[in-house]
Amino acid sequence: MATKEEQQAYAEKIKPIQPKPPYFINCLKAFLIGGLICLIGEAVQKFYMTYFNFSAETAGNPTVATLILVAALLTGLGVYDKIGQFAGAGSVVPVTGFANAVTSAALEHKSEGLVLGVATNLFKLAGAVIVFGAVSAYIFGMIRYLFQHLM
Amino acid sequence: MNLQGRQTWKFTNSIYLNAAGTSVGPLESEGPLGSFFDKTYSDLHCNQKNWELAERQLMEDAIDVCLKKTKLQPEDINFLLAGDLLNQIVSANYTARGNGIPYLGVFGACSTSMESLALGALLVDGGYANRVIAAVSSHNATAERQFRYPTEYGGQKPDTATFTVTGAGAALVSKEVSDIKITSATIGKVVDLGIKDPFDMGSAMAPAAADTIAAHLKEMNVAADEYDLIATGDLSGVGAPIVKMLLKEQGIDISDNHRDCGLMIYRPDQPVFAGGSGCACSAVVTYGYILDEIRKGNLNKVLMVATGALLSPVMVQQKESIPTVAHGVVLERAEGGN
Repeated sequence: MATKEEQQAYAEKIKPIQPKPPYFINCLKAFLIGGLICLIGEAVQKFYMTYFNFSAETAGNPTVATLILVAALLTGLGVYDKIGQFAGAGSVVPVTGFANAVTSAALEHKSEGLVLGVATNLFKLAGAVIVFGAVSAYIFGMIRYLFQHLM
Repeated sequence: MNLQGRQTWKFTNSIYLNAAGTSVGPLESEGPLGSFFDKTYSDLHCNQKNWELAERQLMEDAIDVCLKKTKLQPEDINFLLAGDLLNQIVSANYTARGNGIPYLGVFGACSTSMESLALGALLVDGGYANRVIAAVSSHNATAERQFRYPTEYGGQKPDTATFTVTGAGAALVSKEVSDIKITSATIGKVVDLGIKDPFDMGSAMAPAAADTIAAHLKEMNVAADEYDLIATGDLSGVGAPIVKMLLKEQGIDISDNHRDCGLMIYRPDQPVFAGGSGCACSAVVTYGYILDEIRKGNLNKVLMVATGALLSPVMVQQKESIPTVAHGVVLERAEGGN
């Protein structure tokens, strides 16, 4: 087993050879594609408000559902992972990324059956989002409650 | 003495690689070596229901082709030495269940190709087998599922990542005279220089490859230019320059005769990041392309070093680094069986 010093020396030595991640280009791509997804969301929301008499508040649910449906379909058609490789965080962070995480896990584990395959592994990737979403909602809810009632 | 130094076997008898079979998926068949592979699939599923069955199909095909070329039946083979990248090496186990050849499962991650070939040659040389088949397989989608994310997950991979080759290779080893000889093999030790990034296995494996190549040259007492080709398995665009650099530090220059299978199997414009990886990467390039080059006389003596990242997702999540190993086998042209 190599010592800490040997490991550090090796890491230093190979640094010039390793390709640098193009941080700026990646950020730009993420910004553009992430923004584009949000723009599409806006358009869908306007569509529901104009043609189905939703208010700005109530249009949220059908808009999110539509985006999730489209992202799930794109995942199934093998397109979303290609968008993801290009856009990085831009297509992971929006709700479409969550839909992709769930759908891709479901597709992957279809071969092990509906219960132990699909159902068990459905939230394999997205589970962490739900856990930390619920926990942080609880914590911030408590903080808000304290501020509202004690101050 | 059959043992040279500490870790190199020099086979005393003439051991021959009689025939090989290769099968690959769509991206590999479209690559620059596509015409060298025996069986190609235009569909990643290889006409099977799921990815695991597809990988098994590839391994069965490779062995079938290998047997057909030599007009042998599974009953004529003493042992099958096989492995793959999946848990419990399932592709190899189920293939062995199908053909009924007495079986030894081997695992050395992507180094399994040369590990199985070296062990096969050893069994034949020692008189413990007349005919052995060494086979390995890997599949891009099964490897993604085993080691990374679901295939359709939209995560972004860095440029240092490698792309698992979909394919399988099998080789028949015996003392029956043919045009390719297996003359020696060097077994590598497990090397770990602290790389923890599973998306940079080239950097992790390069020191193991350098260690095995240096040990081989020293124990066989030969210079690097003795070989027309020193090939590494799947160091890719990141690891290939590192192994050259590490060997140069030890006074060994392989800049003229080194090539990496991970860079040979795909065109640079294919979407494979730093290059190919997986057991099948070194196997199909060796058993498809390199053997052909030796037969044609374009290469006379080749040191094939298969590199393996002994990666476990659980261990990496526990913040352990990635141990790696590399095994080398020397293949020589045997004109008229000499």
